[in-house]
Amino acid sequence: MNGRLMWRKMVNGVMLSLTGVFTVATISVLFLILGYLVYYGGRSLDWNFFTRLPLSPGEQGGGMANAIVGTVQIVGTAAFIGLPIGFLAGVYLSEFEDRRFAPLVRYVADLLNGIPSIVIGLLAWSLVVVPMRRFSALAGSIALSVMLVPIVTRQTEQFLREVPSALREGALALGASKWKMIATVVVPAGSKGVLTGMILGVARIAGESAPLLFTSLNNQFWGGFTQPTASLPQMIYTHAISVYDDWHRQAWAAGLVLITLVLVANIAARLVLARGISVPRG
Amino acid sequence: MQTGDVAARLITLAFAAGILLVALLLVRELWTSSSAARHDLGFGFLKSSEWDPVTEKFGALPFIYGTVLTSVVALLISVPLGLGAAIFLSELAPAGVSNALTFLIELLAAIPSVIYGLLAIFALVPLMRNHVEPFLKTTLGWLPFFQGRAYGVGYLTAAVILAVMTIPFVISVSRESLLAVPREQREAALALGATRWETTWQVVVPYAKLGILGSVFLGLARALGETMAVTMVIGNDPKISASLLAPGYTIAAVIANEFTEATGKIYPAALVELGLVLFGLTIVINGVARLMIMATTRKGSRRS
Repeated sequence: MNGRLMWRKMVNGVMLSLTGVFTVATISVLFLILGYLVYYGGRSLDWNFFTRLPLSPGEQGGGMANAIVGTVQIVGTAAFIGLPIGFLAGVYLSEFEDRRFAPLVRYVADLLNGIPSIVIGLLAWSLVVVPMRRFSALAGSIALSVMLVPIVTRQTEQFLREVPSALREGALALGASKWKMIATVVVPAGSKGVLTGMILGVARIAGESAPLLFTSLNNQFWGGFTQPTASLPQMIYTHAISVYDDWHRQAWAAGLVLITLVLVANIAARLVLARGISVPRG
Repeated sequence: MQTGDVAARLITLAFAAGILLVALLLVRELWTSSSAARHDLGFGFLKSSEWDPVTEKFGALPFIYGTVLTSVVALLISVPLGLGAAIFLSELAPAGVSNALTFLIELLAAIPSVIYGLLAIFALVPLMRNHVEPFLKTTLGWLPFFQGRAYGVGYLTAAVILAVMTIPFVISVSRESLLAVPREQREAALALGATRWETTWQVVVPYAKLGILGSVFLGLARALGETMAVTMVIGNDPKISASLLAPGYTIAAVIANEFTEATGKIYPAALVELGLVLFGLTIVINGVARLMIMATTRKGSRRS
C-alpha cells in the first residue's frame, strides 16, 4: 500500500514538472526567435535599409525603402477597406442579432478566418488580377482585406457584447432610439476593445506573405496601386531563398523590421486594453 | 421601430451579409477558375501521382500526401507539448503567472509565417541535417520512416516548423477548455484522495476533452494551409516517399512556387483545383473543430 502511494506521488511529481518543462520550452522558442533576429538582423540593419532601393547581389549599400512604403500602402488600403466592413458587421452581430441569420454569419466568419491565406490569394487573383491583366498593390490589398474582415467582425462583436446591459437600458430609458444608443453609448463604451481588435487584425495581415505572392507580386523599384509592388514579407521570402549572402543579410534585416512592427503593435494593443479599460471583463 | 433604427439595422445587416457573399464568391471563383482542369483531367487528377507540367501530366496525390503527412506529424509533436503546457497554465500556475505566460504564447502566435520560414532555413535546416537526422538514422534507421539521405529539408523539417507554429493554438484553446471545467469537479476528486495529477488527468482533462479535441482540429487546419514556412523547407519534390527525411511537396507550397509561372490553360487551372482541394480539407476540419469547441464551452458555462 505504501509502495503504491509512493508510486502515485512520484507519477504526480514527474508529470506535473513535465508540464512546466513543456511551458518553458514553448516560451523559450519565442526568445530564441527574437534572439536570432536581433543578432543577425541587427548586424545587417543600417540607415540605407530604410532609405534606398534594393541592389543586385554583390553591390553594397542597398535597402528596402520600396518594400517598407509598399507594405504601408498595401496594408493601409486593406485596413481602409476591411476595418469599416468588419466593424459594421460586428455591430450587427452584437446589437441586431436575430436568431436565424446571425449564427450563420458568425459561423461563416469563423470558417473564413480559418481558410488558408494562399486560397484567399487565389480569390483575389481571380477577382482582380485576371480582369486587370496585371499584378497590382490593389489586388494585394483586397486579398488582405478579405482576411481582415472576419477577424475584426468577431472581435468587435465580442467586445460590444461585453458592454453591460445596464448602460443600454439606461440609454433606452432616457428615450434614446436604438441606433442612438449604439452610436453614443455602446460603441464608445466598447471602443478600447474594438480598437485593440482592429490593431491586432492589422498586425496579423501586415505579416502575411502567401496572399501577396500572385496579387501584388514583388518589385525591385517603387510600385503603385496598379503596379506590382514590393512588400516586406515578399522581400524576406525572395531574399531568404536566394543563394547570395548579401541578400540573406538583407532578409535578416527585413525580418527584424517586420517582427518589430508586429510585436510593437501586439504589445501596444494589449496594453491599451489592460490600462483604463472602459468595460469590466469577467 | 423608428426609421433611424431600421436604417441602422439594414446597413449593418448588409455588411454582415457581405461576409456570406465573400464566402460564396470564394467558392464560385475557385470553381470556375479550375474548370479547365476539372473537365480535362476528371477524377484522375486526385488519383494520379505524376506531376510534370512540361508534358501536361497533373496528379494531385503527392501534394495531398505531403500536406496530410507534414500536418499529422506536426500535431504528433505539438499536441502533447501544447496540452502539457495548457495543463500547467490552467491547473498549476498562479493566475498572474499564467496570464503573463499566455501573453507570451500569444506573441508567438503573432509571428508572421515568413519569419518562421527565415529561421527554419538558416537555423533549423542545418540543425536537422547535421545532428537530428543522422541521429534518427543511427537509432531508428531500421524503420522505413527514417531512411535515405539527410538533406535537412523535407517532410520532417516542415513538420517540426509546423509543430512550433501550431503549439500556440493548441495551448490557448486547450487552456480555455480546461479553465471552463467547474471547480467542484477538481475538489471532488481531490477530496477522494486523488493526487493533483490524477485529478487533472482522470477528471479535468476528460471533462474538457471535446474542447481539447477541437483545439487539435483547429491546429490541424492551420497546419494544412500553412504556406510560407513550409514552402521554404519542404524540398519541392513532387514524389511520395515513406521516409520522413525525404524532400516532398505540399498543396500550399506548389501553388506558392508555381502559380505565377504556370502557363497554358490546364496548368494554372490544375493549381487552382489543388487550392479547391485544400479549401475543402480545411473547411471540413474547421467546421468540426468549431462545433466541438462550441459544445464544450457551452457545457462548462451551464454547469458552473
